Amino acid sequence: MSMLHGVILLPFVAAAIVPLFYKLFRRIHTGWFVLPVPLLAFVYFILSMPTIREGEAIQSTVSWIPSLGVDITAYLDGLGLLFSLLITGIGTLVVIYSIYYLSKEKEAIHRFYMYLLLFMGAMLGVVLSDNLIVLYGFWELTSLSSFLLIAFWYNRDHSRYGALKSMLITVFGGFAMLTGFILLYTMTGTFSIREIIDLAPTLPGQDMFVPAMILVLLGAFTKSAQFPFHIWLPDAMEAPTPVSAYLHSATMVKAGLYVVARFSAIFAGDALWFWIVSLTGLVTLLWGSYTAVRHTDLKAILAYSTISQLGLIMCLFGLGSASFYTGGADIALYTAAIMTAVFHLINHATFKGALFMVVGIVDHETGTRDIRKLGGLMAFMPVTFTFALIGTLSMAGLPPFNGFLSKEMFFTALLSVAEMDFFSVQSWSILFPVVAWVASVFTFIYSLIILLKTFTGRFPKEELGEPPHEASLGLLIPPGILALLVIVFGLFPNLLTHSLIEPAMQAILPTLDNVEAKHISMWHGFVPELWMTIGVAVAGILLYLTLKRWQRLYSYFPGSLSFSRVYDFLLKGSQRFSRIITDTYMTGSLRHYMIYIFVFLVLVGGYFLTRINPFERHGEVVFAEVSIYEVILTIVLLIAAIAVPLAKSRMAAIVLVGAVGYMVTLFFIIFRAPDLALTQMIVETVSVALFLLCFYHLPKLQKEKSSRGMRIFKLIVSGSVGLLVTLIALAVSNHQMFDSISNYFVEESYRSAGGKNIVNVILVDFRGFDTFLEIMVLGAASLAIYALIKVRDRTPHERKEER
Amino acid sequence: MKRTDDVVLQTTSQVTVFIIITFSAFLFLAGHNNPGGGFIGGLMSAAALVLLALSYDLKTVKQALPVNFHYMTATGMLIAIFSGMGSFVFDAPFLSQAYDYFDLPLLGNVELATAMVFDLGVYLAVVGVTMTIILSIGEDR
Repeated sequence: MSMLHGVILLPFVAAAIVPLFYKLFRRIHTGWFVLPVPLLAFVYFILSMPTIREGEAIQSTVSWIPSLGVDITAYLDGLGLLFSLLITGIGTLVVIYSIYYLSKEKEAIHRFYMYLLLFMGAMLGVVLSDNLIVLYGFWELTSLSSFLLIAFWYNRDHSRYGALKSMLITVFGGFAMLTGFILLYTMTGTFSIREIIDLAPTLPGQDMFVPAMILVLLGAFTKSAQFPFHIWLPDAMEAPTPVSAYLHSATMVKAGLYVVARFSAIFAGDALWFWIVSLTGLVTLLWGSYTAVRHTDLKAILAYSTISQLGLIMCLFGLGSASFYTGGADIALYTAAIMTAVFHLINHATFKGALFMVVGIVDHETGTRDIRKLGGLMAFMPVTFTFALIGTLSMAGLPPFNGFLSKEMFFTALLSVAEMDFFSVQSWSILFPVVAWVASVFTFIYSLIILLKTFTGRFPKEELGEPPHEASLGLLIPPGILALLVIVFGLFPNLLTHSLIEPAMQAILPTLDNVEAKHISMWHGFVPELWMTIGVAVAGILLYLTLKRWQRLYSYFPGSLSFSRVYDFLLKGSQRFSRIITDTYMTGSLRHYMIYIFVFLVLVGGYFLTRINPFERHGEVVFAEVSIYEVILTIVLLIAAIAVPLAKSRMAAIVLVGAVGYMVTLFFIIFRAPDLALTQMIVETVSVALFLLCFYHLPKLQKEKSSRGMRIFKLIVSGSVGLLVTLIALAVSNHQMFDSISNYFVEESYRSAGGKNIVNVILVDFRGFDTFLEIMVLGAASLAIYALIKVRDRTPHERKEER
Repeated sequence: MKRTDDVVLQTTSQVTVFIIITFSAFLFLAGHNNPGGGFIGGLMSAAALVLLALSYDLKTVKQALPVNFHYMTATGMLIAIFSGMGSFVFDAPFLSQAYDYFDLPLLGNVELATAMVFDLGVYLAVVGVTMTIILSIGEDR
């Protein structure tokens, strides 16, 4: 147990006691009690920055399941620190924001903060765990708490739909990731990420390497809303806005990025990793930005924007993975991609968090998020407008904001693809910058849409009524801080380079030695990237102005097609499909179930009989002579048995069954089993009497009506069951491999137990326990019969009739 | 079961019931050395009672034999389980049986086995069970 464990544990402890504050102090907003938790953690992480900067890592282990190699190892390095600062920093701002956003009278805020703290703890656990199983545990906890937060307003249909969707998709990915972790464990024999990275050079080429990689990536892609798993994120916007700002822009969706960054050192030397990660990122980037323009709901636009930006970062991690491949050569070229990814990760968290909060304010003050109904808010909400301006321009990639820098660096990284002379990249090299440029144009367009449609133009008084006023100070402080950071990081981009970005890069690329962050400067000359940005701005403005003319494009592509439709179709389809399957075989008819059982028996038993040679003789097997009595008895028995199913009346069937029973008695006599014969005779008599008693009241025997084919089928089934059992019996009798233990009973029956009747001695002495339990069975049966007959739950109607 | 007035049946069954009961007692006692035992003995006794019920009616049987057959089953099981637990007293495993020879008045040298006690439990349980089943079905319309 160390400070680091304490920091992870803190939110969970707080989650347990915060609802108590809600009950005790109704007059104070519960959020104030929550606020110290992320703040303290944030301060702790800030204080540990110098240590990390030295290139050291804080590590401590608490034993959990040592026999399985599962220990709670908290590990804080550059990458963990970066994410921890994001989680706790934005967490603090979101808590402040939510205090003013959620009303303490109308909302169940104790639940809200409990889920939020749970999420915060789980997220810290994800980024600070060194053990794969613990990481997975926290991973699922983030899915779970996200599910609870999305469905916070659980009486709304859309909330529940969105929560379920995100749950299904992220948990699907989580399971895939767990499988990948287990494969990693089987390959390396350890759950510790550190140790796996040390063993990483031995991994490529192993059979399970590629499956493990794909499964881990599946987990990362579903969580980070990568194409085509991005569909849950827009529906998750039903959550309260603080949740959207926190989970679905700054933290949880970046968990997938964290996993990709963390596992780069294990998988990234492989071409497959390079292609999957960078292409998925690129497709997500383009699709997200293209689709965002289509939407009219501010939060939906932001959701698709988040998807697109996450794709951008993912693509950069993919490109950066090339540095593992080249080993030492050209390393700066590819580590620049990693640096860009880390830098943009920070930038995106700042401006996207600010934008979500701005949208929340607009929604809070006007009551709508639909851009078709909004307009002209600039005059009424100047401060909010300023924040929106900073956020959107940074997102669009304009100077002097930090988005500009990361976008320039992104273009640099993509242009460097042309210089890659491996993985057969070069033939595709033109694809990367072109796609990214197109995506940036769309990003520019939707940034303008958010800004201009909401804040400029005419204020639609007939739709919204009285003009809104500026939001309260508490709602403005958090986005204000984030917007300030956008500008600070834009103007002083090297502020974080040595303290945060370089340690993070070293953590992502632990096996490489000379990883250095390069100096970022706002002005870097007339390079192609600058012309690309100017091109983005020009094309973006032109396209925005002509938006109405080409917006119809969306009704052709994708039109009504979307991956949400596919998801709905799959979900409904699988329900319908399983229903049909179940209805097909669960008919409710016992006869059908018997057929399944027997057919299964015949198939499995028959299969095994064909596998072995059942009639091979083992040991000395001497068959007894067949006497004339046995032949006669067998014939009579056969006639009686075959006649039973052909009997026309029930009475005849009973008598025939009785005849079979008495024949068996005679067999027992012939085979010299007097006790069995006696018992069989009396039991047969009693059961025939009981049959007669029961069937006396039943209606006449109905011949089962079935088609000719069905009758033949049943005949075949019963015939083959009979044949199978006969064959098995014959096969078994061919094996006399050991002496029978009956000699012992013959010798010891009189000597040890003092009885000459061996059967009886076995029943009451040698194996008395069986007998004891059998009389228990009889007793239970008699009580059951008694209860069935005497204790009948009569319907009221019948009871009335009896009176 | 309806009451029958078959005099021949009733008279013969008055005689046969005792013969059957005696035979069942013989089967029960002979079990250790000859064919027989608690199970068959019990079934045979039950058969005697069923014959009585057939030739008279259930009421008569109940008057002649005022026994609650549930109790009989339970007693049988208790005897069986206690006979098994008795071996604990002698520090032996559950259901360890023993036997020895005794000189009894009238009977002379007789072998007595603890297995007999267990078999008595089986006997009572079987009678109880069979009679419960037949009586409860018989009483039901």
